[in-house]
Amino acid sequence: MSGAEKIAVIVTDIVPLNDLVTRFEFKPIDGGLLPTFSGGAHTVVEMQDGDITRLNPYSLMSDPMDQTAYAISVRRDDEGRGGSLFMHRNVKVGDKMTISYPVNLFSLDLRAKKHLFLAGGIGITPFLAQIKQLERLGGNWELHYACRSESLGSYVDELTSHHPNETHIYYDDQDQKIDLLNLLDGQPLGTHVYVCGPKGMINWVRQTAEGEGWPREAIHYEEFLAPQPGKPFEVKLAVSNKVIQVGENESLLEAIEREGVDAPYLCRGGACGQCETRVIDYTGNFIHRDHWLEDDEHASGEKIMPCVSRFEGKTLVLDR
Amino acid sequence: MTIQFNDETFRDDYSFYNSERAIKRFPFPFHEDSYMYSVNMEQHRGGPMDSVYEKRFDVDEHYVAEMKDRAMVLADDPLRCQSLPHMTLAGWDLLELIMVSKSEDYPDLFELHRDGNKWRWVNKPLGIDDTFTFLDDTTLPYGPMEYITRQAQGDFCVLDQRDDNLWMDAGMVTTQADWSLDFDIGMNFFEWHAPVPLAHEKGIFVRALKFLLNIQQGAPARRLNWTMTVNPLLDTSPENYHKWGIQKTTLTPENIGTKQHLRVELQTFFRLPRSNALVFPIRCYLCSFQDLMTAPKWGRRLHRVIRDLPVELATYKGFIDNRPMMLDYLSQFDDGLPTSPGIWPDLDTEPSLQK
Ligand code: HEM
Ligand code: FES
Repeated sequence: MSGAEKIAVIVTDIVPLNDLVTRFEFKPIDGGLLPTFSGGAHTVVEMQDGDITRLNPYSLMSDPMDQTAYAISVRRDDEGRGGSLFMHRNVKVGDKMTISYPVNLFSLDLRAKKHLFLAGGIGITPFLAQIKQLERLGGNWELHYACRSESLGSYVDELTSHHPNETHIYYDDQDQKIDLLNLLDGQPLGTHVYVCGPKGMINWVRQTAEGEGWPREAIHYEEFLAPQPGKPFEVKLAVSNKVIQVGENESLLEAIEREGVDAPYLCRGGACGQCETRVIDYTGNFIHRDHWLEDDEHASGEKIMPCVSRFEGKTLVLDR
Repeated sequence: MTIQFNDETFRDDYSFYNSERAIKRFPFPFHEDSYMYSVNMEQHRGGPMDSVYEKRFDVDEHYVAEMKDRAMVLADDPLRCQSLPHMTLAGWDLLELIMVSKSEDYPDLFELHRDGNKWRWVNKPLGIDDTFTFLDDTTLPYGPMEYITRQAQGDFCVLDQRDDNLWMDAGMVTTQADWSLDFDIGMNFFEWHAPVPLAHEKGIFVRALKFLLNIQQGAPARRLNWTMTVNPLLDTSPENYHKWGIQKTTLTPENIGTKQHLRVELQTFFRLPRSNALVFPIRCYLCSFQDLMTAPKWGRRLHRVIRDLPVELATYKGFIDNRPMMLDYLSQFDDGLPTSPGIWPDLDTEPSLQK
């Protein structure tokens, strides 16, 4: 079986935070303890949505040292393919679900003298766990968190009441904006910057920090891409000798799995590199959406990341 | 299962020995009659009963003697154990992993009692009974990594993971095959592997690193590596080369069977939960040629492997000068019969020596 180890859990709590975001809490079915994890880790949640098995990654936001329960927060995406809608509409307290062991692609650099966190919207979740970890270890951190409006500011109250000195909130609808240049400028030597949020925010922070001469290894970011719907296409899997159809609302990886072919993955969000697959032959265009392959690899037509990328054209033959 | 611990040394009079049980479970590293570097990794989820693969951390008859030897090496050279400041959390992760594994896998030898962060650790073979506060460095006599690896066989490299690479930022290294922690500390995966011949060109390290970066919690992996050591020395470090290098010239056709040892490293890989670091335990097993020859399959195969090994590897592993003498000895145990696939001795099915 591909992916990380699995844990059978039961949904023990569901808390709507605002119009868009709901928190889910999981405990192990067997009553035992969950593995500890490091702040920034995610879990892949398995959803049985009719005939479709959806596997979506969500950042763990609970205290990494708390082995009794895990918590995630899910933002409803009305335009997406339905994973978040399924969580919001179908999942009930008491449901049995399967989640993966924690996997961390966004871990703290523990050498940092200071951790500067920049969050946009639901991108706050990995930082909630990292803050709990640093509080326990006596680490030095500061958070700048941009939300759309007060009513959509998930966890703002909790953060500002527990950590008034470290937390800075910005509301878009009040035209508040992170003063990034000055913020970066004023940091002590040895600070690492971490950003999690929408693509535009990540690019803005990375480019600004790099422009200001921050070393690449001191800039950390995480963006989970949800696979996007797209036109159906046909693929030949050369090793398993199958021709399969990828539907409008499923990813290439999901279609491969649906046909019973075991394919490697971890993040399912274009970040970890596990699902990298060699292209044997093609006539058409790739729609590459991952963060893993380099630009020249995208252009080469030799590789595809089936968890998020798609294809439009006549023939696609994969080494799988 | 109770283990009888050997009273033995890995220096001076070299009273080290393997019992019959230890010989049978020796991790013979060759699954076929030839050898070349490869990305030879598999899951580390147990193995056949009583094999060295069965438990997460194998404890055997050499445990107490190996820990005494480690203490002597550290007394002479404290730099064999180093941990950069940001690796302390990983040290606690490692302490927890070893304590939990050993107390579950060997309940008659080790006990761990946890009440929140108040932990009591009982190590019966070494006569230790300590109470401490988890994650509080001031409650242990050493840092957490040093404390627990003074009680665990094998070397330990603790690798920080960042920038899509692994960094040798902490370790306890006293039983190594001619490399130095003090030299490698702070290096990345490609830097510390630079001296290895042929493997870079074959792309082995690029693929191996990819695999390691993706090792996840709850899914450890393992591989074997091997070399040759004259006399059962654990500490074959560059720091002490002047002491052991010269011993390679003491090999004679008369003493080679008892003096020449095949040295096998069982290397495992575990993701550490709180720090997201990777730990790489390197457990060293020694077996004399004479003892190996008690398994006819191993006798036949070892001769063929050593005979056909590329010069680069025999040179890097440091036995090119002694290879002709080894082959003279080993050829007596090779009658040309085919060998069965796999590493196991197959004592019941392999024919005895036909010459
Ligand atoms: C993070 C884990 C690892 C650590 C800390 C590590 C460390 C080392 C060190 C210190 C050496 C000695 C280099 C010298 O001569 O100075 C070595 C040798 C070597 N390593 Fe690794 N290694 C690791 C993982 C691997 C993996 C996964 C492979 C897989 C192919 C590998 C393949 C080799 C090979 C082939 C040699 C030469 C060994 C010989 O011929 O005796 N290593 N390693
Ligand atoms: S599964 Fe992680 S990049 Fe595709």
